[in-house]
Amino acid sequence: MMSRDLRRPDLGAIPGLAATWPEARTLELFRRLCEIRHFDLRVRRGQIEKDVDTLIYLSVGQESVAAGVSMAMRGSWLLGQHRGHSFYLAFDGRREPLVDELLGLPTGCCGGMGGSPPIHDIERRIVGHIGLIGDQVPVAAGIAMARPGERVVSVFGDGAAEEDYVLATLGMAASRKLPILFVCEDNDLSVLTPTRDRREWLLADVARGFGIEAVDIADDPWLVAHWAETLSDRLPAVMNVRTCRGLWHVGTGSDDNADWDRFALVRETLAELGLADKAAAIESETEKGVEELWTSRLRTRSAK
Amino acid sequence: MDLTVADTIREIIRGHIAENDGVVLGQCLSAVGWIQNTIPAQTEGLIELPMTDVAGAGMAVGMAVAGRRPIFVIRYQSFLWLNSSPIVNYAAKCKEIWGYSCPVFVRAIADEGNGLGPVHSNCYHSIFMHMPGLPVCAPMTPGEYRQIWDWYMTHDDPLFVSEHRRCFRSAEELPDIVSDRSVFTIYAASAARFTAREAVRMLAEQGIVCDLVNVLWLKPFELSERTLAPLRRTGKGLMLDSAYEVAGAARSIAYELMDATGARVRALGMADRSPGASRHLENGTPTPERIAAAVKEMLT
Repeated sequence: MMSRDLRRPDLGAIPGLAATWPEARTLELFRRLCEIRHFDLRVRRGQIEKDVDTLIYLSVGQESVAAGVSMAMRGSWLLGQHRGHSFYLAFDGRREPLVDELLGLPTGCCGGMGGSPPIHDIERRIVGHIGLIGDQVPVAAGIAMARPGERVVSVFGDGAAEEDYVLATLGMAASRKLPILFVCEDNDLSVLTPTRDRREWLLADVARGFGIEAVDIADDPWLVAHWAETLSDRLPAVMNVRTCRGLWHVGTGSDDNADWDRFALVRETLAELGLADKAAAIESETEKGVEELWTSRLRTRSAK
Repeated sequence: MDLTVADTIREIIRGHIAENDGVVLGQCLSAVGWIQNTIPAQTEGLIELPMTDVAGAGMAVGMAVAGRRPIFVIRYQSFLWLNSSPIVNYAAKCKEIWGYSCPVFVRAIADEGNGLGPVHSNCYHSIFMHMPGLPVCAPMTPGEYRQIWDWYMTHDDPLFVSEHRRCFRSAEELPDIVSDRSVFTIYAASAARFTAREAVRMLAEQGIVCDLVNVLWLKPFELSERTLAPLRRTGKGLMLDSAYEVAGAARSIAYELMDATGARVRALGMADRSPGASRHLENGTPTPERIAAAVKEMLT
C-alpha cells in the first residue's frame, strides 16, 4: 500500500479506546496537547509582532504526537528534531529558558545560540538537535549504549526517515536490542515536497525488515499513547504517526490545506465523553498560563 | 624493551576500559592485526560498529554526551569525509550551544603509499582545524601520546588526534634540534617529523645547519619561546606537514609564525594532485630531498 493511501485520520484506530481511559488521564493528555498548541500559537504571534526574530519551526497541528508519546515515555532520554517545541513541552522541559531562547536572551536554554532547532534541557534528559535532519538519531543510539537500562525516545520526521543516519541506526538498534522508541512525525511533507515524490517505501516496513516491531497509525492522541505504552516494554520499536502540519515548514504562514484537524477531532471526542466543559476550562487555563509566561519574559527582556 | 607508539595506544585503551568505564567504537576493530596492534585483543569495552560511515560518529557522540568518554577509531582518514558531520557539528559545538561537553577522542589514522591510491593515501586533519571547538593534535612518539591522552582526560573537550601509521612501530622520542649555529628553522608535524630529521642530517652534511622544531598541537598552535625563538634567530623557516599544502595545516601555521615574528616562512605538504596507487604516482609527506631543496632555495 502506498504512503498516500494511509493518510487518513482513522488509520489504525481502536474503536472506543478513549472511553476506556480514566477521566483524569484523558484530561491530563488534553492539558499537554493544549499547552503545546497555545505555546506555539503564542510563538507565532511573537514572530508576527517581531518579538521573535530567529527561525521558528512550529508544531501547530501536530500536537497530539508529542502529547500522546509523553504519556508513556516522559522521563526517558529525548532526542527531538528541529520542530521540537512540542516534545520539549510534553517531556516537561523548563518553560522559561525555552521562551528566553526564542526571545534571543542570554538566559535562553542555548544562551541565544540556536532559536528553535537546538532547544534542550539536559537536566531533564532533553538533548538538543543541531539542525541537520536525522543526525540526532545515531546520537540516541549512542546514549542507549552508554546507559544500559535507560529508555530513549528518538523523534524525527518523514523526510529525516530517508536519511542514512536513521536507516543505519535502525539496524544498530535491532542488532543490539537498544531500548529506543523511534517516533516518526509523518506530516507527508519535506518542506513542501510530498512523500510520494520522494520514495515508494514505508518506514514501518523497513523497520520490520530489520526485525523491529513497528506501527503505522494516525495521530489520535489516545491511540498514540496506547502504542507508546504498549511498545515501551518491547523496544526497540518504531511508531510512524500520520499527522498534519498546520503551518509552513518554517515561520508563521499557513496554506490552510491540512488533510484533517486533529485538535478539532479531539474536542469532538471529549464532547462525546461528556468532558466538553472540563476540556474548555483546561484550554482556557493553559492559554492564560502561556500568555502570563510570555508577558513575564517579555517584561524581563524589556527591563534588560 | 621500550614501548612503541602502537604499544602505548593499546595500553592506554586497555586502562581506559578497565579503570574509567571507557569504551572504544569503530569498524573492524578486531580485524587482522587489531588495527596495527593498537587495540587490545579483548571484547570488553569494544563496540564493533556496523559499516556505517554516516551514523557511526553520531553513536560515538551520543556515548560522549552520556559520559562514557568514548574513543572513536577511524582506520583511514579517508573515512572521515562521511563521519565528519557529527564530530564538527555536534561534538565540537556542544559546549558553545548547550553548555555541556561532548568529550569524544577521535583516533584518525593517516597512511600513505603502499598502493592505497587516490582516496585512502592521505592525511585530512587540516579540514578539522577549520572548525571551532575541536582541538587538533598529531602525536608521533610514545611520550607525546601519553601527553595528549592526559590532556584529554583532564579537559572536557572533544579531541581530534591525527595519527600516522608511519609512527606506530617507533619507540623513539623526537626532541627538538636547536643550535646557535643554525641558519634556518624547520617546523614539522605528523609523519613529516621523520622525513624532516633525515633532511636536517642531509643538510648538515652539506654544511647547512638547521633547527628542527616539532609541532604536536596543530590547533591551537603553540606560540611560545620554544617555537618562536629559533625562528627569530635564523629569520627564515619552513613548515612541513603530511597533509595537502593548499589551504592546509602547513600554510596556516606558517602564517601564524610569520605573523608572530615577521620572519619569512614557507609551507610544504602534499602536492595539489591526487595520489596514485602505483609508485610513480604517489604523493605524500614531503621527502627529505624535497625538504632539502626547499631549504636551499630559500637560502639562496
